[in-house]
Amino acid sequence: MPVSVEPTTVEPKQGEPSEALRPHAEDAFAGELAALAAQDDRPRPARWKLSPWAVATYLLGGTLPDGTVITPKYVGPRRIVEVAVTTLATDRALLLLGVPGTAKTWVSEHLAAAVSGDSTLLVQGTAGTPEEAIRYGWNYAQLLAHGPSRDALVPSPVMRAMAEGMTARVEELTRIPADVQDTLITILSEKTLPIPELGQEVQAVRGFNLIATANDRDRGVNDLSSALRRRFNTVVLPLPESPEAEVDIVSRRVDQIGRSLDLPAAPDGLDEIRRVVTVFRELRDGVTTDGRTKLKSPSGTLSTAEAISVVTNGLALAAHFGDGVLRPGDVAAGILGAVVRDPAADRVIWQEYLETVVRERDGWKDFYRACREVSV
Amino acid sequence: MTGLEERVGRAAGVGPLLLGVRHHGPGSARAVRAALEEARPRVVLIEGPPEADALIPLAADEEMRPPVALLAHAVDEPGRSAFWPLAEFSPEWVAIRWALEHDVPARFIDLPATHTLAWGRPEDEAAGEGESPLDAGTADNEGDSGPGPEPASGLGPASGPEPASGPEPGPADVRIDPLGVLAETAGYDDPERWWEDVVEHRGVGKGDALAPFTVLEEAMGALRETYGSGGHDRDLVREAYMRLQVRAAQREFEDGVAVVCGAWHVPALRRKTTVAADKALLKGLPKVKTDMTWVPWTHRRLSRVSGYGAGIDSPGWYGHLFSAPDRPVERWMTKVAGLLRAEDRLVSSAHVIEAVRLAETLAAMRGRPLPGLSETTDAVRAVMCEGSDVPLALVRDRLVVGDVLGEVPPTAPAVPLQRDLARLQRRLRLKPEALERELELDLRKETDAARSRLLHRLRLLGVAWGEPAVSRGSTGTFRETWRLRWEPELSVRVAEAGVWGTTVLSAATAKAEADAVTAQGLADVTALAERCLLAELSDALPTVMRILADRAALDADVGRLAQALPALVRSLRYGDVRGTDTGALGEVAAGLAERVFVGLPPACAALDADGAEEMRRHVDAVHGAVGLLGDAPAAGRGQLRARWQSVLRVLSGRDTVPGVIRGRAVRLLLDDGELAQDEAARLMGLVLSPGTPPADAAAWIEGFVGGGSGGGMLLVHDERLLGLVDAWLTGVPAEAFTDVLPLLRRTFSAYEPGVRRTLGELVRRGPGAGSGGTGTGTGSGIPGFAAELDTERADAVLPVLRLLLGLDEVAEHIGDDLVGVRG
Repeated sequence: MPVSVEPTTVEPKQGEPSEALRPHAEDAFAGELAALAAQDDRPRPARWKLSPWAVATYLLGGTLPDGTVITPKYVGPRRIVEVAVTTLATDRALLLLGVPGTAKTWVSEHLAAAVSGDSTLLVQGTAGTPEEAIRYGWNYAQLLAHGPSRDALVPSPVMRAMAEGMTARVEELTRIPADVQDTLITILSEKTLPIPELGQEVQAVRGFNLIATANDRDRGVNDLSSALRRRFNTVVLPLPESPEAEVDIVSRRVDQIGRSLDLPAAPDGLDEIRRVVTVFRELRDGVTTDGRTKLKSPSGTLSTAEAISVVTNGLALAAHFGDGVLRPGDVAAGILGAVVRDPAADRVIWQEYLETVVRERDGWKDFYRACREVSV
Repeated sequence: MTGLEERVGRAAGVGPLLLGVRHHGPGSARAVRAALEEARPRVVLIEGPPEADALIPLAADEEMRPPVALLAHAVDEPGRSAFWPLAEFSPEWVAIRWALEHDVPARFIDLPATHTLAWGRPEDEAAGEGESPLDAGTADNEGDSGPGPEPASGLGPASGPEPASGPEPGPADVRIDPLGVLAETAGYDDPERWWEDVVEHRGVGKGDALAPFTVLEEAMGALRETYGSGGHDRDLVREAYMRLQVRAAQREFEDGVAVVCGAWHVPALRRKTTVAADKALLKGLPKVKTDMTWVPWTHRRLSRVSGYGAGIDSPGWYGHLFSAPDRPVERWMTKVAGLLRAEDRLVSSAHVIEAVRLAETLAAMRGRPLPGLSETTDAVRAVMCEGSDVPLALVRDRLVVGDVLGEVPPTAPAVPLQRDLARLQRRLRLKPEALERELELDLRKETDAARSRLLHRLRLLGVAWGEPAVSRGSTGTFRETWRLRWEPELSVRVAEAGVWGTTVLSAATAKAEADAVTAQGLADVTALAERCLLAELSDALPTVMRILADRAALDADVGRLAQALPALVRSLRYGDVRGTDTGALGEVAAGLAERVFVGLPPACAALDADGAEEMRRHVDAVHGAVGLLGDAPAAGRGQLRARWQSVLRVLSGRDTVPGVIRGRAVRLLLDDGELAQDEAARLMGLVLSPGTPPADAAAWIEGFVGGGSGGGMLLVHDERLLGLVDAWLTGVPAEAFTDVLPLLRRTFSAYEPGVRRTLGELVRRGPGAGSGGTGTGTGSGIPGFAAELDTERADAVLPVLRLLLGLDEVAEHIGDDLVGVRG
């Protein structure tokens, strides 16, 4: 017997979005969403706020017929966004995979905001996530006082999404213990959530869907069972495509962090940032930028986020112990720490890289020397 | 262009039936078949070289399986050739088969290859507009054929003759891309996709079979009105020839004439021109004697992945579209699932269902009528491959491109490779004989060097005519001995090797490159590099070197790297003997050496006895190779030796390194004069001191003085070292002695008898018997020699030595060395 969950059972979100440190996507970009909705004349799946085309435009950016400019939320291959949106439209759950720092959460939040107008139906996956976080819990005071009833039930975000035909989000799915993960199987295949205590069930209404994110470096920790995996379409979010894009991301982010730490701005830092990004990219991709030499890849992730932290560290070193200018010596130790995670294998890889690539490169003499110093 | 009137005219049965196609377009092929079925012409004219008319009946042969290619080559110059590849889904192939099945004559009507090949001659090239003949051939089949592929972007499936050799089409950029223009007009950014949507993905047999051709003709007519020949000037000549042929056929068969040609040519063939004008265009064309045959082709070569330039991206996908009776996407997904299952991936029917749904929705989202290759690929990635590109690469390789290999009946005319071989055999006076005989070659002689190259190339091609044998006489690098024997089946081998190229050189080059790509281990690639040098395949060398460098970079086993290095350095020397450019080789060798240097010290830790012994051999091999490499006059390589020495130093001083390697490292340093005798003695004393386990010490001695390294003489001449060994040996406890005995025996039994005897005598006399001290080292009394050097008598030799060495400017230096010896 299907029942509906009263939206009032959960405190509706309150407060002034403008005062929030970080407003939700649907609040921050309310104007763009409204403009898109107003001009969207394509068919919308049930309970979608926008058509799939408009959702794709919202994420990728563009200019609407009336001149409204939609800022790009995700900078990357168009194919990724198209497949993601289409997956949601075909009523399949979406799994976003990628190494840390590839905007998985960001994309999932914006997808939920554009599709359902609400990105808050969120389950944060941790090693301690209980089943109640995905199914439902009980309000024990109510339970003791009045016995099991709908009033004593505390629905999870997933349950609410099912009842209201919204998009639910599960962050870091692979951190969740396997037995809890498997709760999702019934939800995704039968689209129903039984409540045996009440002899009831919650049936998902049209428009319900689920976006999960997972870190693909965590593979093997709590790997998805194949039954669950089968319920998902998987989209892997890649690392930035071009070195320029990555340098841009790194330097902008470093700038922000530096300001919040009150580090003096480094005037000549860009070259060094470029170098850090180049080293990271080359080792990550296993090939030099000119595409002529293959390299072994070390075991570390070497993500953009790590490049950012190496540069930030270097800046701090330069500011406090150097002359304020980011120099090779300031980043060398940080790079070594990021690259060499496995002391035996990675060290050989790093030295091979130093000797065969860095040493010969024009203008990299200082860097080579600095690296040799910290490596020994 | 009066498309409308003409259409009406044709419908009334006047004029030839012109079927404009895209080469290798499955939709076009289907449409051609439908149109032929409906129109039932009495003759089918096909764009292609008329010399191949006689070969058409072979297409009906049971043993003929597409993909195949028509190959035209100049008789005197087999390297000058062009291919017209035909796949099962090529409209031309469909037309040929239709004609053969219905007993209707089929003819090729394009400009004869005799002219197109002649266009490519160098002198003509310079004079002409720079369009290569191949390209001209290609042009019509491929670039110019309009909706087909155009040369500029290489977009389309081109059935154009592929350049077997010769220059790539240079002027492509000045040409227009008809497909691109149409696609842009239709609002597509990707011409390929537009063509797929509009033509290839249309269903079968809906409505008028001729309708698609009419529409296409109108579009092409409009384009040609605007762009003329679109920069493809040679097309005008070819079209004139085609018009003449069509007219001739019309005279013979009246209205029952159907023409299958690139859509780009249709408006030109429709145009009314005078016979005289057409003939004028054809006047004075250059000629070259040509021959045609069928050769087997592969999907891989059809695809542009293979680096042949013009081609189609996805022959396997097109083949599927052509052969699937209905539901192409569902059938494709089932195929993909089958492939992935065969590779042990878990793919259920539910996956297939979801993949089809996703592909269809994606197509709708992207505004396409039917999922194309990009939609199906995206769907397969997201649903079946868990977002990973690794299994997807497999799908791409096996299905999208595909492994299909064509076959040609044995009755097809000889391949040009055979001719080229016969020509070389004549020129080099090497007759194929069934009797085995030996052939001595002196590589300094022109003819002999050429013979050696030929034999090496044939070996690469799997034609084992000659086997290298060990030279009996001289062992110089400029001598080679071959054992020759021509077995009848070698002719078959030559025919098989015909797929690789039209001359022995080009075929061997292509084969070597292909071998390099598929080679398993690093050593295989190194061996291949060596063979390329011997066969003087300088064009293949860059590819082989690139792959060698890649393999070396990714190989984590120092042993394998160390094994590869000597062969590589050896090749470097061969190359020097033969005067090949070995710059790239040297670079790779130096890179390899660097990797060995970095990886060797960690790799030497924690080895058992056998492993240590093997690693010691690697150290020796690398040492020799570095010596040779360091001699080579190239920038940066001079430091190799210094770096190697620092590696040896690290090895000699690290306790985790097995004794045998440490001892070896010390010895190598000592021999190079990088380590003073005192220092060596100190290290030896350290190892042989009581703190070291006897077995380890014995291993150290084995490394230091063992093997064929002349270690015995060292002990004979350095009393101090011998004293150390002697003192240590007498100090080994009884229980440990039996453990070290085998090792010591191995070390010392390898010495020459004379050395052993001398050592024995020295030991019997006991330490310090000569001068009473072990420290000075000069007091040793070798039997028959005085205890001290007689310096006066030694000095007396110096003038003679100076004279012998004969260089005054270096005399001082030599003098120093001699003094050093004396000390």
